[in-house]
Amino acid sequence: MRPILLSGHERALTQVKYNPDGDIIFSVSKDHVVCAWFSHNGERLGTYHGHQGALWTVDVDPTSSLLATGGADNTMRLWEVKTGKLLKTWEFATSIKRVEFSSDGKLLLGVTEKRSGHLSTIVVYEINPDPAAEQTDEQALRIVCDESKATVAGFSYLSHYIISGHEDGSVSQWDAKTGELLFSTQVHEDDMQITDLQWAPDRTYFITASKDKTAKLVAADSLDVLKSYPTDTPLNSAAITPVKDYVILGGGQAAMDVTTTSARQGKFEARFYHKIFMEEIGRVRGHFGPLNYVAVHPQGLGYCSGGEDGYVRVHHFDKPYFDFMYEVEREQAQAQANL
Amino acid sequence: MAPSYENLPMEDDEFDESQIDFTDLEEQYQVRLDEGLDAFVVIDGLPVVPEDSKAKLIKFVLRKLNSVGKVKDDGVFMPLGDDGKTEGYAFVEYNAPSEAIAAVKQLHGTPLDKRHTMAVNKLTDIDRYGREGRIDEEYHEPHIESFQQTDHLRSWLGDPEGRDQMVMFRGEKVGVFWNNKEEAPEAVVDRENWTESFVQWSPQGTFLTSMHAQGVQLWGGKAWSRQKRFAHPGVNLVDFSPTEKYITTWSHRPLQVDENHPVPSLSLEEDGKNYIIWDIATGKPLRSFTTLDVPSTTDAEGNPVKKKMQWPTFKWSSDDKFVARMIQGQSISIYELPRMNLLDKQAIKIEGVMDFEWAPATPKREGIKTYEQLFCYWTPELGSNPAKVGLMTVPTKEIVRTRNLFNVSDAKLHWQSDAAYVCVKVDRHSKSKKSLATNLEIFRIKEKGVPIEVVDSLKDTVINFAWEPHGNRFVLITTGEIPAQSAVPPKTSVSFFAPEKIKGGAVGNFRHVRTIEKKNSNAIYWSPKGRFVVVATLQSQQSFDLDFWDLSFDKPKEESEKGEKELNANLQLMDTVEHYGVTDIEWDPSGRYVATVASAFRHRMENGYHMYDFRGSLLREEHIDHFKQLIWRPRPPTLLTKEEQAEIRKNLRNYSKIFEEQDLAKKNTANKAVVDARRRMLQEWLAWRESMRQMLEEEGAEIELNAGRVKQDTDDEVEEVEEIVEEIIEETEEVIG
Repeated sequence: MRPILLSGHERALTQVKYNPDGDIIFSVSKDHVVCAWFSHNGERLGTYHGHQGALWTVDVDPTSSLLATGGADNTMRLWEVKTGKLLKTWEFATSIKRVEFSSDGKLLLGVTEKRSGHLSTIVVYEINPDPAAEQTDEQALRIVCDESKATVAGFSYLSHYIISGHEDGSVSQWDAKTGELLFSTQVHEDDMQITDLQWAPDRTYFITASKDKTAKLVAADSLDVLKSYPTDTPLNSAAITPVKDYVILGGGQAAMDVTTTSARQGKFEARFYHKIFMEEIGRVRGHFGPLNYVAVHPQGLGYCSGGEDGYVRVHHFDKPYFDFMYEVEREQAQAQANL
Repeated sequence: MAPSYENLPMEDDEFDESQIDFTDLEEQYQVRLDEGLDAFVVIDGLPVVPEDSKAKLIKFVLRKLNSVGKVKDDGVFMPLGDDGKTEGYAFVEYNAPSEAIAAVKQLHGTPLDKRHTMAVNKLTDIDRYGREGRIDEEYHEPHIESFQQTDHLRSWLGDPEGRDQMVMFRGEKVGVFWNNKEEAPEAVVDRENWTESFVQWSPQGTFLTSMHAQGVQLWGGKAWSRQKRFAHPGVNLVDFSPTEKYITTWSHRPLQVDENHPVPSLSLEEDGKNYIIWDIATGKPLRSFTTLDVPSTTDAEGNPVKKKMQWPTFKWSSDDKFVARMIQGQSISIYELPRMNLLDKQAIKIEGVMDFEWAPATPKREGIKTYEQLFCYWTPELGSNPAKVGLMTVPTKEIVRTRNLFNVSDAKLHWQSDAAYVCVKVDRHSKSKKSLATNLEIFRIKEKGVPIEVVDSLKDTVINFAWEPHGNRFVLITTGEIPAQSAVPPKTSVSFFAPEKIKGGAVGNFRHVRTIEKKNSNAIYWSPKGRFVVVATLQSQQSFDLDFWDLSFDKPKEESEKGEKELNANLQLMDTVEHYGVTDIEWDPSGRYVATVASAFRHRMENGYHMYDFRGSLLREEHIDHFKQLIWRPRPPTLLTKEEQAEIRKNLRNYSKIFEEQDLAKKNTANKAVVDARRRMLQEWLAWRESMRQMLEEEGAEIELNAGRVKQDTDDEVEEVEEIVEEIIEETEEVIG
């Protein structure tokens, strides 16, 4: 199906997210505005105004009632999805690079940037799911990353762990109750920043994308690298598709180098790999800048990508996508059916 | 055991330096101080004369000595022996050390008369090499190394699957690989920093050449060990002779060889030279030459035109018996091998000569039984004399054929690979010198009297021309006028030519077969076995297409055209492909595969290679950062006779059946391995997922098991909402009554 081009932003996209039902897409960009869109036709549902700087991150809670955002104006904000009302603003010393709800929506995590004497931190707040309720100012947890700054983080299954990806290519596992560092391992190449960390639906494993041109599938409890997906370009984002065993990787030459090369060389494509066999299956072209984020429909019906070019491209998967199977997968499916 | 920090001797502190014997080092690194004796030479081998004849002898010797420099007044000292006669030697002082060196270089070994030959050496050298103890008084039998079995240099030809090898240079690594069609090439050897600038095969594939600041090295054999080393500091280019007997090295910097800059295996002879021709078997230099300045010309506006150096400068005859160099506009010097002496002691004067080419094979002219090599040359218009193309035989230096040409602006010489034809591509300008057109003058070498056929039907300039190897067809590319300062290169046309079919199997006149217009193509690559040709666009910013043509396509009978005289060609475009950023195209020596390369030598965009079969179907593509070179390993000429080759061709169907079976079997095992690996991966994955699911279940993680969706509490008390929709389709009001 033809992709739907969402051209509501004036500057580079930084993150796009589906709500758990998959009917709404939230997008944030460097133009200070949060947009909500209907995923099936690309119509704009509304915008959330208030941030004073570039936005870096967005997340929606499991009931699609609360929306969290963070940006370069050093604030993390909570909005009511339905009305666009600003519910809460938390202020920090540095900008917020990543926000994420836990799977039950009761905890909200934020990653702060390292700058001017402030170390990078991961903060956690308890959230009252009721939009009308007063939200707390008290941090349930504060983790200081003094080794290497955290760039991305998220809650594992049951909110057991907080997993963070770092600037030096390492991944750390923290106890989400105490904030104690349990384990840390070098997943990507040394000093190659981890640019994204997205969860599998059950949050027992996740995928990381890195500037070292690879994406890795990592188990949440052991931090073992399960699979590795090498590409030929620095990666900004990686997502795991439900239903089909694929991963989608997005990236391209760094934005600052783009003007010196042709669009062809930039490799601004979304790449599909088979999650288990680690083989490239296909690519989707379209953006004329690097892909900054790819998000997958929670029911696996489509995906969308936000690019440095200021566009969100929403794709709905066609039938062949679902029909495609490796021979051994078909065998497996047959065996299951016969049981 | 290698010395390590722990087991270093402890008594270092009490070490007495004066105890060490440094004499060997002192000798090795002896610095020659300026002793003021550099202007002296010692002359030996003079006749022994009585004292009264001494003055006469000195006068006689001085005449020789003064030919290279100025001997100081009273600079000759000829000591007398006890018997009152001269001793047969003399000491001579020149005005300057440089003159003394010149004397050694030029006068050493000059005969004085029948019995006396002058030996001239520097005084300092006599002291250095002839000092007591330096020369062993006793004769020692030279030690002859026992024979050592070396690797077979052509072992790669014995591959059971008949695959070809290629060398790939990417990043700092050079590796030799077997071509495995669709599969990843199999590494034979892969080494870091094997070469400093580029790699090159010898023409029959025996050696791989690596380039270094100190010189050139040849590698080969199964173990890829070093076979030979040729020290040539600052070497830029190398060129092999066709049968791999000799190698030419060239550096833009003149060599510096003297006592303070010794170079292994080079002598003072090579000082100041740019070219060295070496014997590969011995590793010794045969002769060295300096670069000749190409006479600078000026263009229409009077600016000097920078001429490109011709490479190879020294051109080899096909059998390695002769090597020739042209002095542009004047003459051609031919040297005989292996002695490297100038043929008949003089260069062949050809006034105005612009270019020459040897026949690429030993020519077989009708009625000529004696051995000969041929070369073709051309001269431009000189005064009232027309431009000329000539064919000369060697060693007889006889001109076989010449042809006069008019209005020539440039000419290029193209030999067919069997030396059956030479095509002279003549660019002719009109009288007003405003427009250019190209004529082809084709010399039929093998026919009696070397007849010339002219193709003058071309209206445009031919920018590229190529003969079919071992065949008699050719392809050329023409282009219209190139508008000045135009950013877009003009469109080109590709034309195919073939001879008419005539009775008796002789080759008829060359006829135009077809022209494809509005192309961008500029390069022609024939399969080394003929029949197939790739016409490509290289060095272009916009187009990167490659056309794969078949010139002997088997057309079904009924389709063959009637009427026209039948030509020995049946053209068919097999495929057109595109390789972004392609810079080089390489046919493998068997004519089965084509490798196209986007080399980092030219640009940095999508470096890597594509592998096609001869029909143009893509077998494999690989992107490798900093990919620089891919070169197929050439094969030596076949050892099979013509009859044996014909026999194989006849039974091709049977052979191909076997090969196809082999291919299929190989593919099946490979596929099976891949499928098995996938099956294993899938099973492992499913097992891991199951363990995770159990773990979640035990921990009671409902949300996670629901794939992240929050279970709504209202699930158990389902609320049924009944909605009645009433739709009014039509409403009419009627007044009753």
